[in-house]
Amino acid sequence: MEYLISHYNYWIYILLMMVGLYAMLAKNNLVKKVIGMSIFQTAIILFYVSISAKRDATIPIIAHGHGHDTAHAVVEAAHYANPLPHVLMLTAIVVSVGTLGVALAICLAIHRRYNTLEEDEIQEQLQ
Amino acid sequence: MMIVKQAPALLIIIPLLGAFAINIGGWFNKRACYPLAILAMLGSFVACVITLQQIVATGPISYRLGGWAPPFGIEYVIDHFNGLVLVTVSFVSLLAAIFAKQSVEQELPHKMVQFYTLFVLLVTGLLGMTVTGDAFNLYVLLEIAALTGYALIALGDNRALVAGFNYVILGTIGASFYLLGVGHLYIMTGSLNMGDLYSILPHLYTNRAIFVAFLLILCGIWLKMAFFPLHTWLPNAYTFAPSAAGCLVAPLVTKVSVYIMMRIMLSVFSADYVFNILHLADAIVWLAVAAILFGSILALAQNDLKKMLTYLIVAEVGYMVGGFWLATGYGITGAILHIVNDALMTFCLFVFAGIVVYKTGGHKLSDLQGLYRKMPITMAAFTIGAFSMIGVPPTAGFFSKWYLILGAIQAGSYHYIAALLISSLVNAILFFRIIEIAYFEPKMDHHAGHAEKINIDEAPLSMLVSLIIVALCLIIIGLYSGDIVANIILHSVPTGL
Repeated sequence: MEYLISHYNYWIYILLMMVGLYAMLAKNNLVKKVIGMSIFQTAIILFYVSISAKRDATIPIIAHGHGHDTAHAVVEAAHYANPLPHVLMLTAIVVSVGTLGVALAICLAIHRRYNTLEEDEIQEQLQ
Repeated sequence: MMIVKQAPALLIIIPLLGAFAINIGGWFNKRACYPLAILAMLGSFVACVITLQQIVATGPISYRLGGWAPPFGIEYVIDHFNGLVLVTVSFVSLLAAIFAKQSVEQELPHKMVQFYTLFVLLVTGLLGMTVTGDAFNLYVLLEIAALTGYALIALGDNRALVAGFNYVILGTIGASFYLLGVGHLYIMTGSLNMGDLYSILPHLYTNRAIFVAFLLILCGIWLKMAFFPLHTWLPNAYTFAPSAAGCLVAPLVTKVSVYIMMRIMLSVFSADYVFNILHLADAIVWLAVAAILFGSILALAQNDLKKMLTYLIVAEVGYMVGGFWLATGYGITGAILHIVNDALMTFCLFVFAGIVVYKTGGHKLSDLQGLYRKMPITMAAFTIGAFSMIGVPPTAGFFSKWYLILGAIQAGSYHYIAALLISSLVNAILFFRIIEIAYFEPKMDHHAGHAEKINIDEAPLSMLVSLIIVALCLIIIGLYSGDIVANIILHSVPTGL
């Protein structure tokens, strides 16, 4: 139980990821699949963001860093949060928005051609 | 001298800027797109050749983007292995660009600007995946290549939309698994630079999180390369894509993914970890055997030329994955050589399929009737490609299979040899069936109701040029494969296997 609570961020991301994966693989409606894909990607983004979350820490900019007494200021790593995972996720968000755009564009084209977004009805028309 | 020094960056920058140029040029005149695309591919190819030359002369190159030192900055690392892959990728994409002209004018007359922009961006992504030495940068470039690939495939006929949609879903799962694996590595090591990871990881080899990262990355890449049983997106997507897009996507995307797998296994993890500490190699070779047999047998069941070729890709991916996991010097040599050969062979066959579509309007096997008489040059080049796929010496395909079989003997994996031989036999049956149809069966009119008779003659020059060049390359690379192995590939095979 202790283990569950201390790692709750991982459990949440796994839960979200499975919700997304289920929707992507099992849903019949194409837009629902796209929503699942979005949840799936967001779960991974949350995972990255959560690993660098830290209590009582701030952005890694050294206050009063200018001037000649910088050398005396003690910088403690524990006071600063690691910014790298957040920055990486900015890129990942851009990528996931791009993927979402492409997926929705294809959905739109499919709807124009088949007049439906249900996978089984499209398969019927393809036969 | 300046240009030589910057070549590793230029080989990405030229096609990237080329994509912008094509988009802007296309606004003014649609006919500007094609020469601009050729120019971008040519520039990139020259930069790749310069880079490989430099590596062969002086050894591996590390290029710091923006001058930031690794592991904090992004680093491009180019050694013999990816130097070779770079030249292959840029060469095939140059030929694919030359081929594209007439085919795009016929199939996508209103989407030329979009097509060439996506085409050049896809090549940027593939080359970027090959040069980068940073695990997260690799993810971004993987997605650039994937997103442009989805769009290119969905440009095809109506069935391509559904196939493209499935590809988006499965491709995204693959890329996300890779990203998740990289996240686990980052938590454990605090680094994203491949060289840095390689030096930190040995202390953590017994750690379970590292094993999870390994599995996530491997599964993600397998999904991207369509390794059996994760191949389901590939056959439809590649069959219904526009011919010119198929010629670029089919030979290169799976091959670059195989390269990525080997690069991660050898340069992030190590040969010691993946072959000795983990006991997965045998199971993966069995899976590869299943992939080879499954791909070959389903290829035999098709009566559609393009679909048959796509199942052959599934089998060929099995060759390379299996060859790598044999964990012997010859096996890995064969797998690396097969990346080059298979890219060229698959390209040759897809260009042939593209010409058939261009001339006859269909890609059923029955559309091939009587083609030896109508287009002798095309069919001669196709025959070379087919022989290479079967593995007839002196074509290139024979030599990589030879190394793969030597590797299997070294490892004692006789089931892999059996699969390789069965698959070669099936290829022989497949291609001789095609040759029989095209050579002996007279042209019959299937398209009842077609009032005018379709006049089929030799393919246009731009298509023929790329087909002839690649067919000649298959023979030349076959003849010089000993030199390629000795001077380039052996430098990248881990010692002590």
